[in-house]
Amino acid sequence: MEESKRERLEELARAIRCDIIKMLEAAGSGHPGGSLSAVEIVTALYFEVMRHDPKNPQWEGRDRFILSKGHACPVVYAALAEAGYFPKEELLTLRQFGSRLQGHPDRKKLPGLEASTGSLGQGLSIAAGIALGFKMDGKRNDVYCLMGDGELNEGQIWEAAMTASHYKLDNLCGIVDHNCLQIDGWTCEVKNMEPLADKWKAFGWNVIEVDGHNIEEIIAAFKRFKHTHFKPTVIIAHTIKGKGVSFMEDDAAWHGKAPNSEQAALALKELCGGCC
Amino acid sequence: MTIKLAENIYKDVDKIPTRFGYGDGLLKLGEMDERVVVLGADLSSSLRVDLFKDAYPDRFIQTGIAEQDMMCLAAGLSLTGKIPFVSTYGVFCTGRAWDQLRTTVAYGNLNVKVGSGHGGISVGADGATHQALEDIAITRVVPGVTVIVPCDYHETVKATIAAAQIEGPVVIRFGREKVPVITTPETPFKVGRAEIYREGEDVTVVACGVMVYEALIAAEMLAQEGISTQVINCHTVKPIDKETLIEAARKTKAVVTAEEHQVMGGFGSAVAEVLSQDMPVPMRFVGVQDTFGQSGAPDDLMKAYGLKAENIVQAAKEVIKIKRGG
Repeated sequence: MEESKRERLEELARAIRCDIIKMLEAAGSGHPGGSLSAVEIVTALYFEVMRHDPKNPQWEGRDRFILSKGHACPVVYAALAEAGYFPKEELLTLRQFGSRLQGHPDRKKLPGLEASTGSLGQGLSIAAGIALGFKMDGKRNDVYCLMGDGELNEGQIWEAAMTASHYKLDNLCGIVDHNCLQIDGWTCEVKNMEPLADKWKAFGWNVIEVDGHNIEEIIAAFKRFKHTHFKPTVIIAHTIKGKGVSFMEDDAAWHGKAPNSEQAALALKELCGGCC
Repeated sequence: MTIKLAENIYKDVDKIPTRFGYGDGLLKLGEMDERVVVLGADLSSSLRVDLFKDAYPDRFIQTGIAEQDMMCLAAGLSLTGKIPFVSTYGVFCTGRAWDQLRTTVAYGNLNVKVGSGHGGISVGADGATHQALEDIAITRVVPGVTVIVPCDYHETVKATIAAAQIEGPVVIRFGREKVPVITTPETPFKVGRAEIYREGEDVTVVACGVMVYEALIAAEMLAQEGISTQVINCHTVKPIDKETLIEAARKTKAVVTAEEHQVMGGFGSAVAEVLSQDMPVPMRFVGVQDTFGQSGAPDDLMKAYGLKAENIVQAAKEVIKIKRGG
């Protein structure tokens, strides 16, 4: 990857992290940990991988993104705003009465959202349904679905995993934000899902493991997805919950807690020297 | 104005299961609209969706025994412009997949249709696990969902076809057992409009599903005793036809509801929500009284759980008595 492109994407990722902190501070509630862990994944998708048009959110040729882990919507709202779907100032209305930026995504309100999600485990089936629809119509659009690793506890994910491989949905790419933490603690202690890669392989998926904070690796994985035929792909992205903010990293307590103004200032200082 | 119904209702009535109406309705829809796709969860022949599957194999999606996945797959398909019909037994598609129906489909306002089979106790020998008796309550409570309970085969065909014309989630409830065919292909049917099947002065019976037939039989029995009964087929439980219900209550001043479903939160409750606010009159609810079903022959179960014309007659007499101050 060209140095200039990598720098541009890393700069976008940094801006999105700052947006997440500012949004959550303004909202006074929300989910920083799982938003910050998914920043590079979402940045790669919206600014390099997916075909989409912020000026025409309903463009038929667009690829589709489903945020199955709906609670991480701040990262998607920030990416959508950075991409130009709506004014960045609106980010600060997150979770407020009357806002288009609901606590979990509401597709009816905000342009750029494909599905209303928040009840975990449902997104992969939605994404598989879209992928199947495209296949039936001979369309070439791709479908991406971001899941949490704790979310994989939900049985419906594995129903969808079987459906997607049964129907050979090679236009479907799942991404697991594998940050190893869920609300009650380490994922391996709450309910051990290992060996995770073997599980997906056994369900008939093409499995790629990446460092989920290395944007070049992530983009390379998405390229491999596009060249994989007759089976769906899942990218297991090894990430750190709360990535980028030292006191949030690897701490389940920051799953669903907003920073106060002091904590937000500290976080912003770490992320960008307090420049934004 | 009363509506023209089948001529042999009261003698040698024909009987066809309403699930056949769903299957035949889908078959017609398949030809009418290529956006229509059907999803099945390993119950294709029972729900008669094998007819669609055989005619349009490329538009039939087998999901295996995975109802939650099926509901959300349908949601995804609707996002590509398809009109998906999710098809399985009511206990599964409205119960097991309720969260998927609520959050993904209804909250997202997606164009998903739910063919909810094996409604009611007349499922019979399979017993309580497979007898959907709570489905009307738990689907009508979800915002934006249209709920239709057709009364017979022809009405199920019409409801299935009409569902595809509605933008948004629709649940169509039908049953397993053969039930009387009381309408004709020409009998008017419009989603959201209750139809007066018999005019009367002393009491109104508002029914849905197979209980419309029982209500007509009850009206005949009451006529023998000089009681004039109005019978309303209120096939659309939501959005409910307030005007027709209020007008009937104003006229007869006594109302009985009849449903093959729990009375708690179900069809009768929907009627009562309207009348208690806008035209309060004495009411009785014929339906399953807060209990699970069991195995048995369908008609024996209908009798045992108080879902026959005789039960409607009894309820009608009770409300008339209350109306007359006694």
